Amino acid sequence: MTALVEIDSLQKHFPVGGGLFGRGKKQVRALDGVSLSIEKGEILSVVGESGSGKTTLGRTVLRLTDPTAGAIRFEGQDITSLSRRALRPFRQRMQLVFQDPFASLNPRQTVEQIVATPLAIHAGGSSATEKRERVADMLRLVGLQPHHADRYPHELSGGQRQRVGIARALILNPSFLVADEPVSALDVSIQAQVVNLLLELKEKLGLTILFIAHDLAVVGHISDRIAVMYLGRVVEVAETGTLFRSPRHPYTEALFSAAPIPDPTVRRSRVLLQGDIPSPIDPPSGCAFRTRCRHALPECATVVPPLRQVGPGHLSACIRDDIALQASIA
Amino acid sequence: MSSSIFDSSPGDSNPGGDFAAREAAIALPPRNTALRRFCRHRLAMAGAIIIAILVLGSYLGPYLIPYDDTFIDIMQRFAPPFSGAHILGTDELGRDMLARLMMGGRISLAVGFTAMVISMGIGILVGAIAGYYGGIVGAALMRFVDAVLCFPSIFLLLALAALIEPGVASITLLIAATAWMDVARIVEGQIRGLRERDFAVAAEALGASDLRIVFRELVPNAVAPIVVAATLNVAKAILLESYVSYLGYGIQPPTPSWGNMLNNAQIYLTSAPWLAILPGLFITLAVTSFNFLGDGLRDALDPRMENH
Repeated sequence: MTALVEIDSLQKHFPVGGGLFGRGKKQVRALDGVSLSIEKGEILSVVGESGSGKTTLGRTVLRLTDPTAGAIRFEGQDITSLSRRALRPFRQRMQLVFQDPFASLNPRQTVEQIVATPLAIHAGGSSATEKRERVADMLRLVGLQPHHADRYPHELSGGQRQRVGIARALILNPSFLVADEPVSALDVSIQAQVVNLLLELKEKLGLTILFIAHDLAVVGHISDRIAVMYLGRVVEVAETGTLFRSPRHPYTEALFSAAPIPDPTVRRSRVLLQGDIPSPIDPPSGCAFRTRCRHALPECATVVPPLRQVGPGHLSACIRDDIALQASIA
Repeated sequence: MSSSIFDSSPGDSNPGGDFAAREAAIALPPRNTALRRFCRHRLAMAGAIIIAILVLGSYLGPYLIPYDDTFIDIMQRFAPPFSGAHILGTDELGRDMLARLMMGGRISLAVGFTAMVISMGIGILVGAIAGYYGGIVGAALMRFVDAVLCFPSIFLLLALAALIEPGVASITLLIAATAWMDVARIVEGQIRGLRERDFAVAAEALGASDLRIVFRELVPNAVAPIVVAATLNVAKAILLESYVSYLGYGIQPPTPSWGNMLNNAQIYLTSAPWLAILPGLFITLAVTSFNFLGDGLRDALDPRMENH
């Protein structure tokens, strides 16, 4: 396996509270040194609670926001500081599916215009009928009917809109897709359909997907590997089965414990986190999770724990190897 | 299908086709509901009809009446309306009032409309650039807009008109130059809000150019407030043209405009009041009609009333 996308200690800081003259000194550390490598053909999920930097990671990898520091390599090429013009050829090969299918489609355009936009930008040479055929093929591929082409987004259901969003993202045959919580705005009954569609398209088109989510049931179903984020850092990465069976970071344990189990007879001991996620403006020293961790030691406050290999393909950023953590029941 | 209840006689209407037609009737594009809402707005409809009559009357009317607007009938000076051959009377030189009002209407409406188009162009461009790029560029542009807006437009117009030789084209440009700021502010606010929306990010992720994102993705979503501003701008431009022409800096006689007809009329206000009342009436009619039209469009195009 070779890496399609390599992310190397990526940082993204947003200035906050800037005055009229000069920028404020305070910064939100949305990404605070994230290193990940996404292998060709895999689905890597990123999970974490709100404000952990998942969405920022997805958008920064696609260079929709400029990173503060670090590097992004796509198919071996460094795209960290390419200009917009230089990025254009890469845009065809990396695409994005959004969380909210109501906001991600232009309400003034028909489905056909929306799905044909990528062709208008990148395939200027092809004729109008050729484009229309490609749009019709794409709509069929995502499970829509040809007559949907003339509809406006507000005439479609949430699931149908999300399919339109997927069609727009895939019509240029990208190799890399960032799916930013693509199903969390949908009804549960529709979620499965869209998740299975993504899996099916991944097989058919040979996609590599960075899947951003917070629903562990969906994540367990779809991903090959999972990265857990907390306050702008990756705290644990492992293959899906390994992570669910033997989590090595206390935060992963707590996250699993918070997931609902669809069986009321099951009793389990919950790992409850105290308090809220700390402010990313002023994160705790050392391990960012130590303020809510029941296994925290004084040493945790001194040094930022690096991601260490704790098993084959299993990385964790916790200094405590001596603790036994609960596996996921789900 | 052999024993189906549907295959009665040949030529019978196809039930599937009926269903498709009904479905198509339900799935109307959003503009038609807006049109329906607009038609229910009585004042706006009245405004639209009056504007249509004024435009048709100004452009076709002069061919239908026997008098030219510059023809001087010296024997018929100060003929009051409805008293003789001249239906709306004559002015101090015996020129037919109806012919002059029609030709004046051409000038006033054309100046209003052209000034609107130009001011919309400038306003949309400045607003879109400021709203899309934001930051220092946006702040600088919008503070410039605020600065220009600080001048009462009538004084700005008079100051500029005093420096430039008056004529139809120059007056139009001057009015446009004093009327684009409101549009710029409206568009800037709209674009600033829309550019953060996911569909704009999607276009950026596809590698779309700034030009494409602004004019294909963002501006069409701001079309409702832009159309409303455009209508109100026509009214404003007609009024401004009347002001400057009334004050003598605008359209110069013998070319008639509703404004300079008023200017002419002031010395005869007691002896021949119709010289002032008639052009005043038409200015009022045109301006209120455009304002009602704008109100109606605002209600009809309000996206909150669109049933999503």
